[in-house]
Amino acid sequence: MGRSKLKRMMPRIAINALVIFAMVIWIIPTLGLFVTSFRSASDVASTGWWTVLTSPLKFTQFTIENYQTVLSTGGMSTSFRNSFTITIGGTFLSVFVAALAAFGLSRLNFGGRTFFYGLIVMMMVVPTQMTFVPVLRLYNKLSLSGTFFGLWLVHTGYGLPFAVFMLHNFFDSLPDDLFEAAYIDGASVWTTFVRLAIPLSVPAIASLVIFQFLFIWNDLLVALIYLGGHESVAPLTVRLSSLVGSFGQSWHLLTAAAFVSMFVPLIVFFSLQKYFVRGILGGAVKG
Amino acid sequence: MKRRAGRLTPILYVGPAVLFMVVYQLYPAIHTIILSFMDRRSETFVGLDNYRYVFTSSTMLRAFRNNLLWVVFFTAGTVGFGLLLAILVDRVKYESLAKSVIFMPMAVSFVGAGVVWKFMYNYRPPGANQIGLLNQILVVLGLEPKGWLLESPLNNFALIAVGLWIWTGYCMVILSAAYKGIPAELLEAGQVDGANDLQLFWHVIIPEMKPSLTVVVTTMLVNVLKIFDIIYVMTNGNYGTEVIANRMYKEMFQFANTGRASAIAVVLFLIIIPVMYANVREKLKGES
Repeated sequence: MGRSKLKRMMPRIAINALVIFAMVIWIIPTLGLFVTSFRSASDVASTGWWTVLTSPLKFTQFTIENYQTVLSTGGMSTSFRNSFTITIGGTFLSVFVAALAAFGLSRLNFGGRTFFYGLIVMMMVVPTQMTFVPVLRLYNKLSLSGTFFGLWLVHTGYGLPFAVFMLHNFFDSLPDDLFEAAYIDGASVWTTFVRLAIPLSVPAIASLVIFQFLFIWNDLLVALIYLGGHESVAPLTVRLSSLVGSFGQSWHLLTAAAFVSMFVPLIVFFSLQKYFVRGILGGAVKG
Repeated sequence: MKRRAGRLTPILYVGPAVLFMVVYQLYPAIHTIILSFMDRRSETFVGLDNYRYVFTSSTMLRAFRNNLLWVVFFTAGTVGFGLLLAILVDRVKYESLAKSVIFMPMAVSFVGAGVVWKFMYNYRPPGANQIGLLNQILVVLGLEPKGWLLESPLNNFALIAVGLWIWTGYCMVILSAAYKGIPAELLEAGQVDGANDLQLFWHVIIPEMKPSLTVVVTTMLVNVLKIFDIIYVMTNGNYGTEVIANRMYKEMFQFANTGRASAIAVVLFLIIIPVMYANVREKLKGES
């Protein structure tokens, strides 16, 4: 019978109807946002976005003015750059430190190996809320709050337990013979790390990179805590949440701003979904 | 055989990560516990005062009650719908498209999803043109438009629905992988023995998927206990929608009360420990 598990429980039509119904529920809200972001202020305020469905090909009713407005006066273009800086630095640093540690814990033989691995992985239990007050104080003393560098370090600190866990699993699964052969040939530990472990782990590292990228890009709370109210360093999530307050009912601008913040993760998601799913299956999220 | 390294090499590789753990997890966690017994400026010890506030003040009790609503309905909803969809999409030809669509909200920020749904819930008084889809549907059906985010307790369920929209896809993806991993022979054997589909579901499918279900349920529980973004963006805890994590943020920044913020964090930590312990144990089991 192969794939056809639970064949008799429900007729084919009912199954298709349910799945399509679910897809519609998942698409409609985002579609509404997307359509609204291209409508004029007066249209958005007076009629529902679904009214365009009666004349979807009348292109004169659409405008890119909302995007021009939020990018120029809404501060979204600065935030867009900030999000990139925060995300790329945070992703690179966390994955690099995690790869070093996972390699050391998996491939080097030293006393306390199990202890340190346990220490790092057990930190998954600590909710980030437990760390906000002391770390923020430390940051204020060291003038690290409100800086991108400080945020890279924080994201690394918070992301490490999961990242080390995931890469350690992968490094452990690599065949021992390969590493022994390399050592016999006189390779240094660093060479086996860079030339052997890393290239062999590209799928796992790619998953982790995408995972961290989306996680940091979409983060609101950590940025709120450590960047404070400084507008010049605010990422898109912080900016968008403050626009919700200041733009209030200006839905033509809010929807455009929301879409600007969703644009990059959507591209990453749809082009690299395979790796993202693999990362999720490799373990669950720690926030 | 692993490489027996010198004394310095392991420190170079593992040292940075351990340092990060001490600075960003271990030391702050311990410090927060100490701060939770001190006053708002962390100057004098106040004993259990902050905890008394956490467990008796009406705002905190409301936050606990709302979080409990979230725990029950969000967890049951995400895991239940996730499991149902995992089984259903296995039977359609456009499986990967369906999965992409339902999984998509996981890629966008909760802030973005919050804006998407705030627009869906938009409310205008009866008689005016509705621009929020849900109220338009109510009007078309001849009903009064609702203040989805304004009326308690309706607003809590409206927020939980947003959580379901975001996280159901995550549960579906994990559970779908587990479902496909069930050996076909097991189900065939059950059918040969005359079991019906419902019996197969409870006696074969669910037990086989138990490790994945444990990970998904515990992950959802931890998520929901720490839920913050959705509430912060959509209501900021107003109109009776406060939750624990949002309360902590307010104590920390709005009221600058370090003692109370720390006590809330410690309580959250104590609630999360057993759940997260089960989660990590299940993951480590899968590792060996």
